Amino acid sequence: MIRARRARLAAALAVLGANAAPAAEPPPAEIRPPAGAASCTGCHAAGAAMGALDGRPESEIAGALAAFRSGERPATIMNRIARGFDEAESRAIAAWFAGRGTP
Amino acid sequence: MCATLSGPAGTPAPTRRALIGGAAATVLACPARAGTAPRVVVVGAGFGGATAARYLARGGAAVSLVEASPTYVACPFSNEVVAGLRGIEAQTFGYDGLGRAGLTLLRATASAVDPDARRVSLADGASLPYDRLILSPGIDLRFDAVPGYDAQAVTAMPHAWKAGAQTVLLARQLAALPEGGTVVLSAPANPYRCPPGPYERASLIAHFLKTRKPRAKLILLDAKDTFSKQKLFEEAWATLYPDVLEHVPLSSGGQVTAVDPAAMVVRTDFAEYKADVACIIPPQRAGRIAVLAGCADRSGWCPIDPVTFESQRVAGIHVIGDAAVAGAMPKSAFSANAQGKVCAQAVLDLLAGRAPQTPKLINTCYSLVAPGYGISIAGVFHPANGLLADVPGAGGTSPLGAPAAQRAQEAAQGEDWYRTITRDAFG
Repeated sequence: MIRARRARLAAALAVLGANAAPAAEPPPAEIRPPAGAASCTGCHAAGAAMGALDGRPESEIAGALAAFRSGERPATIMNRIARGFDEAESRAIAAWFAGRGTP
Repeated sequence: MCATLSGPAGTPAPTRRALIGGAAATVLACPARAGTAPRVVVVGAGFGGATAARYLARGGAAVSLVEASPTYVACPFSNEVVAGLRGIEAQTFGYDGLGRAGLTLLRATASAVDPDARRVSLADGASLPYDRLILSPGIDLRFDAVPGYDAQAVTAMPHAWKAGAQTVLLARQLAALPEGGTVVLSAPANPYRCPPGPYERASLIAHFLKTRKPRAKLILLDAKDTFSKQKLFEEAWATLYPDVLEHVPLSSGGQVTAVDPAAMVVRTDFAEYKADVACIIPPQRAGRIAVLAGCADRSGWCPIDPVTFESQRVAGIHVIGDAAVAGAMPKSAFSANAQGKVCAQAVLDLLAGRAPQTPKLINTCYSLVAPGYGISIAGVFHPANGLLADVPGAGGTSPLGAPAAQRAQEAAQGEDWYRTITRDAFG
């Protein structure tokens, strides 16, 4: 459902991005990135050791954040970052990236 | 005449020459959407402005990105250039990727802002109307702050705090340092671009001296007693550079009070240092266009709303990156990139009549104290009491006493971060 909406939106934005058509409605509010998600792509991208998050299963991302937060999963830096997000925020971030398809 | 690009009465619009690459066709074709897409002007195509412009264009805004330079030379990792570990070309990025991002890239200097008429004036006489303006001008060096350190002094005593020719100049001067020579490096008081930067520079210059210039010394004159990643730097210095690097903090008379570039002398209240190479990192302020727009306060920096990055002083103008007063969030490339994305979303929301969401932002900053020896600081930030504050319990630095393998891992992660963030910003 979200994926379908995103696909339609992506098609609309592709047109807008080319500045070739009148602007349609801006992106609907419900697909805005949740708090914190925009920062993740400063490190997480295809080709980097940290890896891309787009399209990874929601449970995998949320589980990793929980394990970093508790210290159960060893980390250089994600242990320090994950503690800035609670369970609900982590799940929202995980769902956002899971819904973005493969990069 | 395009809605997004027009000259004031009697002055021509920017010529085709002034437009970069594929962006020219976008503007000259003048698509029939006058008055429909919200118009956003972004000034400054560094980590903050380039990121914001790309994300705004993706979100459907008609974006004009104003940048005077033909290429961007990145500061992160430029201390490696200073120390001869890396070429300046690894720091240099073209803007072709931005030209392909569906935005209009204007190679021009923004010379004035009229916030009432909502127009940005360009030095060539053109003016750009905007619905929202984002300023990401970075820093200006204050040549009125250290007696003797004016704009002419930078040849004899480079700051190398804006990457480019200055970085290469300092690297050349170090390479030519006589045997047993003295290097003086000065660090300013807070706030300034890249809080751990002077200490990473001190580390890598010390590495250069230790490996290439036996018996040479580095004196780090510091206008502070405490600084970012301090214990980690001091741990590394004690192990790696005990005979090379002398750190003189504020309380030991480390504040530079004057320089004499002709004599290559750096003065404090207590001593006079004769240098063979002197790198003076002077105090800074927000880039000039933010000051001209009225966004800077008496500190020289620009207070902002922590949710939208809109100026607290001028409605309709947002300030991101080093120029902004972002509370606990440091002036770093990672911060500017994160702020660019949050600000772009907030601007899209405001233009659509939606309430912007309360954001959280992350900063991560790697420093290299020697090749293969990386340390980091991270933070998570949220709006609190009108500023961006640390989220309690999150963030912090790499551990003290970590094994070499972890230092090597962080050095490699820093390299990966640099590749990722430059792609996110510049395409």
